Amino acid sequence: MTETATEQAVYTKQLNVTVNGQARSAAIETRLLLVHFLRETLGLTGTHIGCDTTSCGACTVLVDGTPLKSCTCFAVQTEGSEITTVEGLAPAGGLHPVQEGFHEEHGLQCGFCTPGMMLTATALLAENPNPSETEIRWALSGNICRCTGYQNIVKAVQYAAAKMREGS
Amino acid sequence: MYPARFEYFAPSSVDEALSVLERYGDEAKVLAGGQSLIPLMKLRFASPRALVDLNGIDGLDELYEDNGMLNIGALVRHKACERSDLLRKRYGVLADAAPQISDPIVRNRGTVAGSLAHADPQGDWGSALLAGGGQVQVRGSDGTRTISLDDFFLGPFTTALEPTEIVTWVQVPEPGPRSGGAYFKLERKVGDFATVAVGVHVSFSNGKVERAGIALTGVGPRNLRAESAEQALAGHELDDEAIGEAARLAAQAAEPRDDARGSAEYKRNVVRVFTERGLRKAAERREKQ
Repeated sequence: MTETATEQAVYTKQLNVTVNGQARSAAIETRLLLVHFLRETLGLTGTHIGCDTTSCGACTVLVDGTPLKSCTCFAVQTEGSEITTVEGLAPAGGLHPVQEGFHEEHGLQCGFCTPGMMLTATALLAENPNPSETEIRWALSGNICRCTGYQNIVKAVQYAAAKMREGS
Repeated sequence: MYPARFEYFAPSSVDEALSVLERYGDEAKVLAGGQSLIPLMKLRFASPRALVDLNGIDGLDELYEDNGMLNIGALVRHKACERSDLLRKRYGVLADAAPQISDPIVRNRGTVAGSLAHADPQGDWGSALLAGGGQVQVRGSDGTRTISLDDFFLGPFTTALEPTEIVTWVQVPEPGPRSGGAYFKLERKVGDFATVAVGVHVSFSNGKVERAGIALTGVGPRNLRAESAEQALAGHELDDEAIGEAARLAAQAAEPRDDARGSAEYKRNVVRVFTERGLRKAAERREKQ
């Protein structure tokens, strides 16, 4: 019994992170992947699990502003970080320009890849407010859409870029 | 897809990391970008008892030239190389390879040193750095040793690194003023491993080749140097004849196998074509300096 408790302590860490602007803390298993922490521990199911093999980008989230595949990162590694998921994109009662772009330009069909696409696009626009079509396609090349909707996804990002430049 | 349980350590210095490795020996693994190790752990091809995360160690994310050497710290991400003006100006083979590795999101995370330590025969850094004459600096509790990449790669996923050692720096000798390099890669789609890739780096002196580095990806049990091709070029002008002969020798040095990415014969021919293109690009880049 004590052995079990010790064992548990060895494989458990207290994690403190900020998710979508909110401080979150939980005791987690060290082997817990970031995507499972977000979906199961915090109940933020907007982050999707696609391939689970670092290929598709559906699970992309921003960690300190940088896109990463949350199926390929242990949650414990994000201690002290600021994490943004799709739930954190929109201001209260509105849409983020990237979300508006996907809505206006029909940038999704089934929607499964959309959260990852939008977060990668958000990071791109934070760095490059006026990307060319090639730069958009290059930036999104780690996110796969199985509905073959890339044409409209690119348009959605261009829409968001224009909208954000207008607003700034 | 959960990995097996492990103890997690986040040391703030290399010494601290080494002391964990001393304690766990070959039951510990070192984690940098994790873009190869974490997938292996999820598949349970790797089930370390302890994971030593280097990400909290200061100073290992630096990329700079010093004392005739380019230094790439253990936490330098592929993305930093992709964006480095220094690499673009002076290390064409590295600058070319960086944006062709995996995809942009993986490149935000994965590291050069980690890729070498993983020693996938289809890894791009191995060949790009072999062409450049690269080496690794390795720290153990007894001190530091330098291993040339030729001696570092032993076979598929196998290196000369001891379980209690960490690759702290990757180093490439500064090329002379008259030099150029290139990396050509054939992949079926973004994020796939190379069907074939070839890295080339050439230094010139008095209009002749002083040193040529040519290394091959995806056509052998490790990143292969095409030594016969390198030797054939040394001391000669890089004219059409020399380029053709070196390309032929590089194709001969390849050890390709038939697989889903192509037949052995096809891959060998791609080695020839890419070696030729690489050498021409290297010469072109020298002219621009």
